Amino acid sequence: MKRIVGRLLLVTFSSAAALLPFTAAAVAEAPQASEVSIWSKVRGSLFAGRTINENAADIVQLDAPSRAEDASTVPIAIRTQLAQTPDRYVRKLYLLVDNNPSPIAAVFELTPDSGRADIETRIRVEQYTDVRAIAELNDGSLYMASRFVKASGGCSAPAGKDPVEALRNAGRIKFRVDGPVVAGKPTIAQLAISHPNASGLVLDQVTRLYEPAYYVRKLNVSYAGRPVLSADIDFSISENPNFRFYFVPTGDGELRAEVVDTKDLSFDSQVVVKLGGVASAIQ
Amino acid sequence: MNRSGIGLLLAAIAATLSTEATADRFTLESPAEGVYLHRGAQADASPANGGDIANIGFIIGSRCVAVIDSGGTAAIGSALLAAIRKLTDKPVCYLIHTHVHPDHGFGDSAFAGSDTVFVAHAEFPAALAARRDHYRAALRQTLGDAASGSEIAVPTRLISGEQTLDIGDRTLVLRAWPTAHSNTDLTVFDLRTQTLWTGDLLFVDRIPVVDGKALGWMMAIDALIAMKPAHLIPGHGPPSRSAEVAFTAQRNYLHKLITECRSALGNGITLSGAVETIGFDENKHWLLFDEYHRRNVTAVYTELEWEE
Repeated sequence: MKRIVGRLLLVTFSSAAALLPFTAAAVAEAPQASEVSIWSKVRGSLFAGRTINENAADIVQLDAPSRAEDASTVPIAIRTQLAQTPDRYVRKLYLLVDNNPSPIAAVFELTPDSGRADIETRIRVEQYTDVRAIAELNDGSLYMASRFVKASGGCSAPAGKDPVEALRNAGRIKFRVDGPVVAGKPTIAQLAISHPNASGLVLDQVTRLYEPAYYVRKLNVSYAGRPVLSADIDFSISENPNFRFYFVPTGDGELRAEVVDTKDLSFDSQVVVKLGGVASAIQ
Repeated sequence: MNRSGIGLLLAAIAATLSTEATADRFTLESPAEGVYLHRGAQADASPANGGDIANIGFIIGSRCVAVIDSGGTAAIGSALLAAIRKLTDKPVCYLIHTHVHPDHGFGDSAFAGSDTVFVAHAEFPAALAARRDHYRAALRQTLGDAASGSEIAVPTRLISGEQTLDIGDRTLVLRAWPTAHSNTDLTVFDLRTQTLWTGDLLFVDRIPVVDGKALGWMMAIDALIAMKPAHLIPGHGPPSRSAEVAFTAQRNYLHKLITECRSALGNGITLSGAVETIGFDENKHWLLFDEYHRRNVTAVYTELEWEE
């Protein structure tokens, strides 16, 4: 039944477009018709049979621009509304981009030592899409926030702006902690990884060009030897993957990030965190 | 006939009408001897303008014609070819792409299958392969059936550094630039009339779009001004006769983006914060500011994050 409704909608759009003066908006609305089925597929594979609470602003919120200004770099922020405590904490955050070729952009794992389960990053947006953040608490309950993001127009493509340079610089890391660092207080760290993070080129029928996908697939961050954040990510995360997240400093200790890409190259970076200080490292 | 059949028929009629309309009102001006320019609308592609939004044109030599960019659809490319045929029977020996963007290249279809050699920056084929599907879908979404048949050709003559083309008693100097407006920028300089075809290294009145690197673009601007061309043909906007004057607004805008993004990065302002605060006083200088300014801030901020 759902398919028939979708088809009727498309017919209506094409007739309207021919009969009435064309408007970009009317034509551009059309791709939304397929969204429901993509989400239901992803939902089935990740959360089969589980309830997802969609009125969950008291648990998780998602900030995203209504329009993807630059298709290759759309800043988003997942903001959770509870403190991470051993009794009750967000243990996973799923970041989904329905209409991207690979809809599961990232799965973050967090701990009580994360302090806050907030993540800011940047994603590629291929076309009009729902972006979803789903928080899984330690009791297994699920909460979702979603935002509809309009695609950018014209010459904005999700491809990298200088792939030759991106490849040359792959593996550089900038890691910084925004202080002042106070013991016991959730503190923001920013991890920037220079990497093409590319889906690779599909085999172009005309140019015969082909490049395999090359992206960061795994991220592990620890503080004083205890895990703070880990993530499985893919090429829906923008070139030069960039993450802002929290950790809870307890005293002087080392914040350490390890990054592994799809060529199994690993890169790491450490920041020595001192109470009262601001720290950064570039590798 | 069912509803979808009627829709298709009407769309086909609309597409035919728009092709004819494109040919009818295809304007041409000649800023210098043997140099012909068709100016696109200073707007985003829409059904109303049929995707005719970029400056395109050609240069006539004693042996043949060099086309510089083919326009945003097959229909525009056909109109350009028709305009050439009103002036000369000489073959189109080269079609030179100033960069990979779709508003400049989807008219290639009109020149395919002839003896035309497609010429572009060495990075063009890879850039096209990475973007082609996206550009096709966007064109289809924006123009519907008026997009039909539009394809960007894969160039076979690739330019690195500086190379010349001879079109018969007339030498064109082609220069491939390091990443600036895009990573595929190529300029064409006609030695006879000292006319510089900048492609999108120069936007006049319409807001520049950073799809490459602002720092590289600033260096390219200085080098282009130093060439002291007698005529400049920008990628968008009117031609002019002074590079110093023509580049001023764009240079100021890019300089402001660079300065303010650097400052935001130094002060720990996030990308989202920068996008909502930087450069809005430039609004008064530019067409399509709301459509492209935030995107430019995004591009420049993320470029400068990795500055040494």
